[in-house]
Parts: sequence; structure tokens; C-alpha cells
Amino acid sequence: MLNVHVFESGFTFLLADLRFQCSKWGNPADPVQILDFFQSIVEMESGRDLFDKMKHRFLSFKSHKYIANSEHYQALSKGQAPKFMVIACADSRVCPSNILGFEPGEAFTVRNVANLVPTFESGPSETNAALEFAVNSLEVRNILIVGHSCCGGIRALMSMQDDADSSFIRSWVIVGKKAKLSTKATASNLDFDRQCTHCEKESINNSLLNLLTYPWIEERLKKGLLSLHGGYYDFVDCTFEKWTLDYKGSITDGNNRVIVKDRSFWC
Amino acid sequence: MAKQSAEVVVQGLKKILISEEQELDEEVQAKVEMLIAELQGKKHGSHLHCKDPDARKLDHGFHFFKTNIFDAHPEFFRELAEGQHPKFLVVACSDSRVSPSVVLNFKPGEAFESRNIANMVPQFDRIRHTEIGAVIEYAIKSLQVDNILIMGHSRCGGIERLMKLPDHTQTFDFIDEWVKIGLPAKKKVLQEAGNLPFEEQLTLCEKESVRNSMGNLLTYPFVRDAVVNGTLTLRGGYYDFVNGSFEQWKMCPKPCH
Repeated sequence: MLNVHVFESGFTFLLADLRFQCSKWGNPADPVQILDFFQSIVEMESGRDLFDKMKHRFLSFKSHKYIANSEHYQALSKGQAPKFMVIACADSRVCPSNILGFEPGEAFTVRNVANLVPTFESGPSETNAALEFAVNSLEVRNILIVGHSCCGGIRALMSMQDDADSSFIRSWVIVGKKAKLSTKATASNLDFDRQCTHCEKESINNSLLNLLTYPWIEERLKKGLLSLHGGYYDFVDCTFEKWTLDYKGSITDGNNRVIVKDRSFWC
Repeated sequence: MAKQSAEVVVQGLKKILISEEQELDEEVQAKVEMLIAELQGKKHGSHLHCKDPDARKLDHGFHFFKTNIFDAHPEFFRELAEGQHPKFLVVACSDSRVSPSVVLNFKPGEAFESRNIANMVPQFDRIRHTEIGAVIEYAIKSLQVDNILIMGHSRCGGIERLMKLPDHTQTFDFIDEWVKIGLPAKKKVLQEAGNLPFEEQLTLCEKESVRNSMGNLLTYPFVRDAVVNGTLTLRGGYYDFVNGSFEQWKMCPKPCH
């Protein structure tokens, strides 16, 4: 039998009891009940933890970067003024700090499944709260959406059947539905893997168009204070493709598609 | 033989580019330049950005990564391209100063990362919170991570906004709605430390909000099941970039005596 140690309130539970409670609660359980049951379940540990590897890495960061550039970090601690907002996938292989070399202070970053941006009309969400902060408070100059190869979220979108069971992933990736539809319309002759690659890029453009649905984004675009970019990282070949939304071109096009400029390919 | 045929094609493509008879549109021109660069095995694009320092920054950053990291470990990246098996899901703030890859030195493949304002995890809500729900669901059901780390930090703008609400001078439609997830943390701080200066309340709330989010994780049935089964550990962390420190804690099942 196992106990869960409760640090602050000082009493313990039998884990068997916890299992019983979980089965009573059903799915989903009443959060107030759960939080009452656990109260404060955290235990402070400093240095004695199995998390030693992480501690060593932090100390390595501290000595090689933080202390080595202490003036810069002191200035940063007073406030951030990043030029970029980056929206990237949560995938462990595509951290923008790694692949694009962003240093602390350079990129305000959102990471979610499949680097999707919902529309303004879809209501408050995690990503658009971050957008609001980045654009209206930090006044970033660039928003860069970074997609990537072998994206599990896009694959889930492309594999989705209409009558499938609901899940969080399904409810979320549906934000990219238009990209799936245009992929099926233009690339259905390709095998499934290549369709997914096509959709990974289509989805970036779909999200760029979704950015235009935010009035305060459009306003800054019109004034030339903000640029929107798409990027695609292929980690099989290690290449990076980057393009910029041609705002005026896209608006006047009339076909609700992304017109791009300044396309480049790094290999 | 292959090299010769590549050169022939490159010459042909270059002729098209400089031809005065045919004018290529920008997209086609970029593709032709891309192909020339590939055939020549050269870097491409850097010359385009001499007037765009932000684009140059991305270009240099990617080339540094490719040259010093990717190309230096081809076998590692080949394997990683086949699939990811991170042990961690990290929920961190979008703040540009607190990338977990930098602060905790996560290598590619080690941490599935969600980043949002004030590193919050809301309670299970299939309608309102599909975004973070999808991250947690994927991390646990597909990737089967061993740990979820919620990492808070000093001088968090999102927590400051939470502590200043309600603000009758200015409203943010999306930010204000999001940071309300942390209201239980704010309530606790005001109850227990309402007499302390605002700056100290902020620090307390930054840490309390991490604990609040750890509790919210348990409202997700798949998280609860994994914790109960002993296959998942929930961890909290706090990065103080003013003093250069990091503290961590966890939910701790222990053997009983």
C-alpha cells in the first residue's frame, strides 16, 4: 500500500483510498471535491530529489549563460522586449530556442499541438490570450508560425473520421479543418504521408489567415508595425523554409488565400 | 557524371533567371533559386536579408543549429525523425526569458512543451479548454511521458495581471479570461499574506499558481489514472531570473511504514 504525503496539512491518505475515491467520482470528477480531498499535496524538496539531472542542467545554464552574461540577464529581469512572437508545436523535437537559436528575451513563445491559431470568433483561448499580450502589450514586430515534418497533430487531423469518438485532440485539431479540406481538394492523388506534409504547410497558411481575423492584428499590419510569417522545419532533411504574408496582396486577392513574399529556403 | 548533369541543369536554370524574354513571378523565381542552391549544395537565402535584420536573425539561428548541432549528430537526429519519446511534458510561460530548453537544457526529443500565459493548466473542460487538453491528452495517451513539470517564474506579467484584476482602466478580452484560471491561487495569497507588499504577494502567487495548476491536472481522468498507477509524477518548478535560482517540488507517493 502507498501513502500520498500531504506536506502542509500534515495527514496522509492511503493510495487505495484514493483509488476508491477516484472510482466514486467518475469522469469527469467534481474538481472541488478533488481539490478538497488533496488539499495541498506538494512536498518541498531541495537537492535530495531524484530530479538531480535537472538540477545539474540548471546549474550549468546558470554558470555558462546566466553568470557569464550577468549584465544582460539583469537588464532582462526588469522587462522583456522581444521582436518575435513564435507559435510552434509542442513536439519535443521542434523547440524554437534550439532550431532558430532564440536567446532569452528574443521570442515570446506559444506552443500547442500542431501550432494552430484559432479565429477571433472562436472566443477566448490559450493562444489568443498570448496573441493579445504579444501584440497589444509587448508590441512585437513579427509573428512567426513554425510548422514541422511528421506532425502528430496534423496526422490526427488528416486521419479523423466524422463518426469517431470525441477526444481533446480531435476537438482541438479541428481548428485546422480548412487546411485538411484544401489538401484533400488539391493533393488527394498523393500517398497519405505526402498529403500530411502538404497539410502541415497548408495549416500554417490557414493559421496565418486566422491571424487576420483579429482586429488589433489587422490594424498593426495596415500601419506596417507588424509582419506575419510562416516557417516550416523539416527535421528529416534539416531544412527550413520561411515566407512572409503579403498582407495587401492577400486582402485584394479575394479568394481567401495567402499571398506570400520573401520566400527563402535554408539547407 | 551526376555532378556534371547537375551543373548542366544549374546553367540552364540560371539562363532562365536572367532571361529578359521570360519574366518569372516571385514564387516561381524563389523555387528556381531554391533548386539551384540545392544542386550546388549551397546555403540559400542569406543574401536576400541584408536589409531585414529580423529575417537575418532567423537565418543565422537556423544555420548555427544545423551546422553545430544537427550535422554534428546525424545518427541521433535520424532516430529522432522516426519518432519522439520525451520523458517530460513541460508547461511553461510564453515569456521570452523562460524557455525550458534554455533554462533546463532540454535537448531535442526530451520535452514535449506547452507554453502559455503564466504557465497555467485549467480544470478539465472539454468545451472551453481543448487546447491544453489536447497537449496533456497527447502527452499521456500517445507519448506516455513519465513527468509533467509546471514551471513558473519571477516577474510574470500574467500573474501580475491576475493580481491587479479587476482593472477598471483597461480590459483585455482574452488575457483577463485566461488568467482567471489562477483565481484560487490569488485568493489563497490574499488570505494568508494580504498584509505583505504587493511585490512579495506576486512572488507568492507565482508559486501558488503552479500548485493550483498541479491540482487542476488531477481533474483530467487520464492524469489521475496515471498518477494512481505510479506511471506519472507531477512536478512544480520556479525559475527566479532576478536571483538566478531554480526550485522544484513534486507530488510524492511514499511507501507506508
